[in-house]
Amino acid sequence: MSEYRLEMRGVVKTFPGVKALDHAQLNLRPGTVHALMGENGAGKSTLMKCMFGIYHMDEGEVIYEGEKVQIKGPLDALNRGIAMVHQELQPIPERSIGENIYVGRYPTKKYGPVTVIDHAKMYEDAAAVLKEVHLNFDPRAKLGSLSVSQMQLVEIAKAVSADCKVLILDEPTSSLTAAEVEALFTIVNELREKGVSIVYISHKMDEILRISDEVTIMRDGQYIGTWESKGLTTDFIITKMVGRELSNLYPQRENVPGEVVFEVEDFTSINPKSFRHASFNVRKGEILGVAGLVGAQRTELMEGLFGLRSHTTGKITYQGRELRITQPKDAINSGIAMLTEDRRATGILGVLSIADNVSIASLNQYLIGGIMLDDGKIEKLVQDNVAKLSIKTPSSKTQIQSLSGGNQQKVLISRWLANDPDVFILDEPTRGIDVGAKYEIYCIIAELAKQGKSVIMISSEMSELIGMSDRIMVMCDGRVTGFIDGQEANQENIMALATQFE
Amino acid sequence: MGETKGKTLNGRSVVKFVSDHAIIFLIILLALYTWANSQNFMSRDNVGNLISNVAPRFIIACGVSGCLITKGTDLSAGRQVGLAACLAAMMQQTLDYSARVFDWMPDMPWFVALLITLVVMAIFGAINGCVIAFLKVPPFIATLGMQTLVYGLCQIITGNQPIGGFKESYRALASGNFFGNRFVPYLLLPALLVGLFMWFLYNKTRHGKYMYAIGGNENAAQVAGVNVPATLIRIYILASVMYALAGFLIGSKAGGASTATGTGYELEAIAACTIGGVSVNGGVGKVSGILVGVLVFEVLKICLQFLRFDPAYTYIAQGLVIIVAVALDLRKYLAKK
Repeated sequence: MSEYRLEMRGVVKTFPGVKALDHAQLNLRPGTVHALMGENGAGKSTLMKCMFGIYHMDEGEVIYEGEKVQIKGPLDALNRGIAMVHQELQPIPERSIGENIYVGRYPTKKYGPVTVIDHAKMYEDAAAVLKEVHLNFDPRAKLGSLSVSQMQLVEIAKAVSADCKVLILDEPTSSLTAAEVEALFTIVNELREKGVSIVYISHKMDEILRISDEVTIMRDGQYIGTWESKGLTTDFIITKMVGRELSNLYPQRENVPGEVVFEVEDFTSINPKSFRHASFNVRKGEILGVAGLVGAQRTELMEGLFGLRSHTTGKITYQGRELRITQPKDAINSGIAMLTEDRRATGILGVLSIADNVSIASLNQYLIGGIMLDDGKIEKLVQDNVAKLSIKTPSSKTQIQSLSGGNQQKVLISRWLANDPDVFILDEPTRGIDVGAKYEIYCIIAELAKQGKSVIMISSEMSELIGMSDRIMVMCDGRVTGFIDGQEANQENIMALATQFE
Repeated sequence: MGETKGKTLNGRSVVKFVSDHAIIFLIILLALYTWANSQNFMSRDNVGNLISNVAPRFIIACGVSGCLITKGTDLSAGRQVGLAACLAAMMQQTLDYSARVFDWMPDMPWFVALLITLVVMAIFGAINGCVIAFLKVPPFIATLGMQTLVYGLCQIITGNQPIGGFKESYRALASGNFFGNRFVPYLLLPALLVGLFMWFLYNKTRHGKYMYAIGGNENAAQVAGVNVPATLIRIYILASVMYALAGFLIGSKAGGASTATGTGYELEAIAACTIGGVSVNGGVGKVSGILVGVLVFEVLKICLQFLRFDPAYTYIAQGLVIIVAVALDLRKYLAKK
């Protein structure tokens, strides 16, 4: 027996046009939490999908408990004791929690020749599993009745129920609140004590340094190295991930906030549990950060302003002129742009080209004779933006879905820039974007403010808010609970306002 | 999407090209085989016949393509074609025809009848569009309802009687030929105009871009300021206008119309679009592809007819082509995972 529970050696995986994994490796010890780190596109998820049998590797081997194995598919992996919680959840919201936990491997009983699902046993087992991860849900309740973060915890319960020896957690905390993260860590610690090997993928440095025993870093599909977590610093990890020194996480900002131009008064949702009586203003050339916990209704408020959600009362004014906004089109015509939180669901037009994605919100500007679109003008717009924002793409005809997250985000920013808006609402502008590209997005935001645009930036990353904002608005449970000057903002005073429940 | 562009030609890319267009190659082979076995296959009569079969079906397929590209569908297409054919027929009966339905109606030139048909049918499209855009009824259900409704209406206004006795000027529209021979039927002209119009609309106008955007991601399109309901309504109105034009031509070509005219055309049109690369996942589809899809079907039918197969086998072949074509189409997307 080797000292490792599972070893992956010399893994090569090629997709059309890309070498996603180039002799990657991973060595998992029993009873440890092993962090797997790297920028987006470094091959972390691909490596895990090879381990879990979703992808078949072109070269390389997996040694599991001292034996060379071939994992044929997810079911095979589960049967061997390898479980995975995916970055993107695949819930079946209309079915019960118990069914979601046992889907594909329902307990059965026999009535003569007929095999049926043993619902009683399933719910009993599900209740036991939920208890094991400290969740107090009725296994018969619909999964859809839970919040996204609760569903994520159920997903972890599902992995635990497989009685696994290896557990892969792919960005498990991306939608969890601080308290839920603590709950998750308790579960992870308990599993570690039971001898489970846990692979933990995350972009959040503080989490990694807290929970992991070892860290493996990947870059461009290659194995960079494995270190003991004790004594590692954030700077060291980032340097290894990016392959170069990052002197500053945030750019020097040169914007000078001017007079108040954009004002919102007493904005209230039609949904009583959502935003209510929200009032705030933004200056010309100012970056207003918006902080709050999950469920603070920050996104909802901004979507309300943009005409994506209905409101009962409220007044929006720009430079003293009242704006009437009932749909996104009105907001756009009033000079407002919004980068939404979920890029794939409400941002990109996946199968369409970069050119179509950039031009879709501003087509009225490229008409010949009021009818025909001027392809030459559109191409010029795209090329200008590709150069200006350094978007990495083979051509303007490339489908946007084949670009990395950071480049997709830049394409979406170009879409709005084409309209030359005055107010830019950015909802989690750097979510799911790797460290190098994040810096570029920050530079773009800083430049927007410098040009005199008013920027409203929602973020769940404290350091990002503190590092980028001139002023921070904090929300809690649908209400605006306060404003903090960017210079004076810190984790403590933001959290104090963010937890000011009624 | 031009992914293969710029790459050098090698064995693998040739195999990929062939498998991506397998159905088309098969049909070409079938046509060549039929030609080799039957000297009349490439006769003027037969080619003319093929063109006049393809023309109205292409127009219908162009209509339904917008619905498909926006992840919708239009099951009422066939019945709308039938109703349009009956309406046109009733306005184009000779004045002395004994069973003239609208006996109070004055004589009118064919283009007036066409215009009235287009306008009346556009109303049905507007209803489809509104039900889908505002009431959020899934297009499959909304247009299924419309299909049944239109059929009933058609029975009422025709009294369930076939309509005949057309004026010669109306009949000549579809049966006449350019240059006086069978080779180039008049029907080629409207199909050509529709094809050009659709190509322009889909590639060179805001409406086209908005349509692809909605098909690619409706929510994202809305965020980008696309007026989704208005675009959908325009798409369904245009679809109905196309059915109306096709119905008008089919009536003329057949020399008669009844409630049975156009039955099942919607499924043929949807199948042709799919074979032509209009993705069932939305956001993708080209006018040239639609033409290829319609051609595949019509060439297949004529070949089997020439090879003296029982018509029953034609249906089996058509069914297989639909399934295989969609399976191959989806494989292109699956392979990318």
